[in-house]
Amino acid sequence: MFAAMLGEAWHAMGANRLRTFLTMLGMMIGVGAVVLMMAIGEGAQQSIKRSISSMGSNLFIVLSGPPNAGAARSATGNAATLNVRDADAISELDVVSSVAPVSMGNAQIIYSGNNWNTSIIGTTPSYFQVRDWSISEGYIFSDSDIRSATRVALIGKTVVENLFGDEIDPVGKTIRIKQSPFVIVGVLDRKGQSLDGRDQDDTIIVPLTTAQRKLFGNQVPGSVRQILVQAESDKVMTQAEEGINNLLRQRHNVREGSDNDFSVRNLTAIANTAAETTRTMSLLLGAIASISLLVGGIGIMNIMLVSVTERTREIGIRMAIGARERDILLQFLLEALMISIVGCLIGVLIGIGGAMFVKTFFGTDAVVSTQSISLAFIVAASVGVFFGFYPARKAAKLNPIEALRYQ
Amino acid sequence: MDRVIEVSHLYKSYETAAGPFSVLKDVNLIIEKGDYVAIMGPSGSGKSTFMNILGCLDSPTSGDYFLDGYDVAHLGGNALAQLRNKTIGFVFQGFNLLARSSLLDNVALPLVYSGQDKRIRHEKAKQVLTKVGLAQYFNSRPNQISGGQQQRVAIARALVNSPTLILADEPTGNLDSKTSEEIMTLFDDLNKEGITVILVTHENDIAAHAKRQIRFLDGKVIEDSSRAEPAMVEEIV
Ligand SMILES: Nc1ncnc2c1ncn2[C@@H]1O[C@H](COP(=O)(O)OP(=O)(O)O)[C@@H](O)[C@H]1O
Ligand SMILES: [Mg+2]
Repeated sequence: MFAAMLGEAWHAMGANRLRTFLTMLGMMIGVGAVVLMMAIGEGAQQSIKRSISSMGSNLFIVLSGPPNAGAARSATGNAATLNVRDADAISELDVVSSVAPVSMGNAQIIYSGNNWNTSIIGTTPSYFQVRDWSISEGYIFSDSDIRSATRVALIGKTVVENLFGDEIDPVGKTIRIKQSPFVIVGVLDRKGQSLDGRDQDDTIIVPLTTAQRKLFGNQVPGSVRQILVQAESDKVMTQAEEGINNLLRQRHNVREGSDNDFSVRNLTAIANTAAETTRTMSLLLGAIASISLLVGGIGIMNIMLVSVTERTREIGIRMAIGARERDILLQFLLEALMISIVGCLIGVLIGIGGAMFVKTFFGTDAVVSTQSISLAFIVAASVGVFFGFYPARKAAKLNPIEALRYQ
Repeated sequence: MDRVIEVSHLYKSYETAAGPFSVLKDVNLIIEKGDYVAIMGPSGSGKSTFMNILGCLDSPTSGDYFLDGYDVAHLGGNALAQLRNKTIGFVFQGFNLLARSSLLDNVALPLVYSGQDKRIRHEKAKQVLTKVGLAQYFNSRPNQISGGQQQRVAIARALVNSPTLILADEPTGNLDSKTSEEIMTLFDDLNKEGITVILVTHENDIAAHAKRQIRFLDGKVIEDSSRAEPAMVEEIV
């Protein structure tokens, strides 16, 4: 009997194709929007997750200059109040596992006539541990390279592509950074995008001392603008932050009550906040998109009410030959459900298509998850039942005599 | 003989803007199994109202109605639907077929509501359609056949669940006299097979097919051919 009713619902849908299609359209657009929005949200979350795991774990960044210098502060903007001895002192703290002083800037690099502008990071070998970064070719420079400020460089994949192309193996080649020759000793593993959207592979890493003396020309010897600090574990983050603050205040002779000449930022906390924000954003996107589902549902209810009125006589006939209230209820509920489910099916396809479109033309990550599809189906079915119920009940409660006498 | 229908002190009134409007006034009637009854009477005398009550489509305001032994007044909606489905076959003046469905599906529809599976539905529907002489029209739509043929489809639909009682409210009202005769021959045959037939008609020659004629006037039975003398003659005037 259920099969027979499904068949009838299918026929009823086919009886007025244009109307059925227009009714479905609301559902299609709604589901399509939900699937697409959730795909964009999911894509954003995944890329954030990748960025966070590429950042390194339990990370602090100590920046030179007072903390209220504002967000506009850049690595090159402020006076360098930190130095490598601060970094050494921090590494003595119990809860700190690794420390890497960083001096950075931009520079033009040249290899046999090819030019490329990229960011130069001057640091120590512990940087690779802190950032959880390794190399795919060659070797990482050593502490002795730091001591003697050798002109060696590790090169990121993006720089390799732009300077060397696919053909040439960069290891062992000499490039010019700000006119000085540097020998490439290794190629960095691919890291992808950072949290703030920079390409982390568009970089060259050189020994800290080399950068300070030969590239950026420090006024104060040994000064750095950043120190990256990795704590032992996520449980000692507050302890580590306090330790760094106290230590540096003491070392910099900051008096009780006056401001720090440095600032400590918990990068891991910032990253988690970013992830949380993205999650909230994608939920919000989904929620806004679901409003169109609601509108689609109201459209279904509207058409079902019209349909019940138009088919009053048919309902009367069915009752006269033995349809029970629940048979009529089920019939109209099935019709509403079928419209919403078929609409949902097409909507999912639209959503997937939209996600592919967004990915190809805007480069935004859009990941259609099975969860979002099953969610769309559940919501569509609920919308069908919810908005189909009232018209179906209206049909089922008709008086057979009056229904038969209709028009 | 078994009583298919037993109606006593049946009243029906409609609520109208001008107050209650009495349509049936103390109708008493017993119809035996296998009987063939024609109900006659002027328009507005309450024939259709009475038929609808007999067909469990409407309920009386007061009075008793026993159908096949069931006290209809005390049955719930589902039980009434089941009576309409299995015990009664209703034939309307206006055929009342589903325009979008094939004749086969129209005829098979009552079987959907009695939960038969598709194979049995089609088998039985073909059987009754063949019986009413429409074997070559299984897949036609109602608008592709004549009125007389449509009424045959409606009769086939009424028959498909093997009812004990066929109720027909002016079944020939929309048909010409030749077609009417053919339809009446069909009812005659059904009655010969033992099905109780009750039909409403205005025409004497149609009513002559029945074994028993009942006349309604102003919501009352004023004449019943099965009784020796007309009932309540004094009220005719
Ligand atoms: N739903 C209703 N509300 C009010 N009056 C009605 C209703 N149905 C029928 N009537 C009235 O009841 C009377 C009997 O109607 P009906 O049973 O259809 O008569 P018949 O079939 O004998 O012509 C008519 O006067 C009709 O107007
Ligand atoms: Mg009538």
